[in-house]
Amino acid sequence: MTFMKRYLIPRLIQYVLVIWLGITVVFLIPRLTPNDPIMRMIGEMRGRGSTLEPGTMDDIIEDLTEMYGLGGSWLDQYWAFWGRLFHGDFGVSFFQFPTRVNQLIATAMPWTLGLLLTTTAITWTFGNIIGGLAGYYSRKGWSRTLDAVAMVIRPLPYYIFAFALLLLFASSLVFQWFPLTGGASMGALPTFTWAYIKDVLWHSALPALSLSILGGAVVFQTMKLLVQNVNAESFVQYAKLGGVTESRIVGKYVIRNALLPQITGLALSFGQIFSGALITEIVFSYPGLGMLLYRAIINGDYNLIMGITIFSIVGISTAILVVDLTYPLIDPRVRYY
Amino acid sequence: MKVLRDLFRDYRFCFSFGVLVIILILALLSFFAPYDPTLWNVVPKDTKPSAEHILGTDSNGQDIFWQATFAVRNSLIISLIAAMVSRVVAILVGMIAGYKGGSTDRVLMFVSDSLLIIPLFLTMVMLAMLLRQHMNLVILGLMLSAFGWPWDARLIRSLILSLREREFTETAVLSGTGTVKLVLKEYLPFAMPLIFSTLINNMSWAIGLEMTLAILGLVNINIPTLGTMLNWALFYQSILLQRWWWILTPVVLALFLFIALYWLSVSISEYLDPRTRIQRVGTQ
Repeated sequence: MTFMKRYLIPRLIQYVLVIWLGITVVFLIPRLTPNDPIMRMIGEMRGRGSTLEPGTMDDIIEDLTEMYGLGGSWLDQYWAFWGRLFHGDFGVSFFQFPTRVNQLIATAMPWTLGLLLTTTAITWTFGNIIGGLAGYYSRKGWSRTLDAVAMVIRPLPYYIFAFALLLLFASSLVFQWFPLTGGASMGALPTFTWAYIKDVLWHSALPALSLSILGGAVVFQTMKLLVQNVNAESFVQYAKLGGVTESRIVGKYVIRNALLPQITGLALSFGQIFSGALITEIVFSYPGLGMLLYRAIINGDYNLIMGITIFSIVGISTAILVVDLTYPLIDPRVRYY
Repeated sequence: MKVLRDLFRDYRFCFSFGVLVIILILALLSFFAPYDPTLWNVVPKDTKPSAEHILGTDSNGQDIFWQATFAVRNSLIISLIAAMVSRVVAILVGMIAGYKGGSTDRVLMFVSDSLLIIPLFLTMVMLAMLLRQHMNLVILGLMLSAFGWPWDARLIRSLILSLREREFTETAVLSGTGTVKLVLKEYLPFAMPLIFSTLINNMSWAIGLEMTLAILGLVNINIPTLGTMLNWALFYQSILLQRWWWILTPVVLALFLFIALYWLSVSISEYLDPRTRIQRVGTQ
């Protein structure tokens, strides 16, 4: 079981360490800044014109201190914080008051997950196939055209590209083909009917398109370079001289070899894809985690922001771990012992 | 001059150069602006582009063209602060870690790796939320630079690691060159191209992140930047109300700026490293 000792256990320790570190940062940031969230909230209440009696005020302060887990020393708070986390309790949302943060995240999660998984799958598959072919036939006209297009799309941040698509295809500026906002039509009830599914797909088309084209440009570019490198290796020349059919060389030898670094690339870019999806959701008012985050920020809902952040830390690290652990299954040359 | 002539042979460099010159001129024009960018209702609201107001006016009663000149200037200032400060940190960390090695290296790399792993965007959001009251151009630039250095420090470190193995290092050390002099005189020139291309990439990253934070309303929205212009245009529903001259100004400016910065960095690094040039053309 040298595999366990040499690779699996250190990797798992790293995984736990990363999550611990990330969550500790989330715990520390609000406490390191001079702002007192409770006093700010009381100030806001006063600003809205509500007058409070001194006794009620003390009660409110006490309740809020309890709610935010701000009682006692930092160490006590830290322990209590982890205690609540292990019970899966992120506290109460402030802007939708009695609702728990968990519940808000649970409603938003399917939307984000659906959008993210589909677009990542599409991006990665098509980016690699097209990039691979373009790399193999790098002298052809279409390959160069695609390369030029990727050069234009690549540097754009998610929301600028999303805005460009929104203005081109959803507003009345050029084509009004897609809906401007939302995850489904107003008042549509979530049922398993074709009409509802079509409605959801219709609404997610533009956000999904903007995420996949932008992500696809990056995958395309790296894959093209990788394939060009593999192409220059002698085994490819040998296969060509040996009369192996071209489709077999491209599919079996070149693309498969070039694909391996792309798997690591996928793991590394998860974090970026995730935050890109959050921003895209905000641009299209898509009802997922990004939109929830946006509303949390606007309302200064710290518990909710912390909940979303912790969720994404765990989610992203787990995704990277899974990709890392499946790597030896895909590349038989890599054995962790 | 030969360098420039060679660079101008690349259409991407020509494009970037042209766009960046125009954007710089725009930024400089802000010094001659007839309006104060922080004042509202200085011109009639929501008028279409006309001879008097080239790009029309917005719902705050500001002239969009002159507002855009300030926006470009401030966005560039933020990105320059962020990129410069984070370059200094990246160079110091990268060079010390690369040259010293051992436990210094391990500690520095642990710090930079930890920063890389933390979900940057959400951490940024939390920080910005807490600093919202004190937000200005310099603080925002510094905040961005605090997160902009780890990856580039790694790149510089690996360059130094390979330089350290070269013979000239040994010659220099044996002939009594001090560490500081060795690093500054011998290594820095080698690292310059890399530092320059990361500088440009970092600027574009900083402008992008500033825009994201601005869309979320996490910066001081009364200081015009490309991001805050977009924020106001969205706030007043300019897409639904079809005020294209307003929403398109920051979007188009940003589009050109990002493409120009990327192409500049690509064309320069290809010029400096001919191997990638060969790669792009194809080796066969």
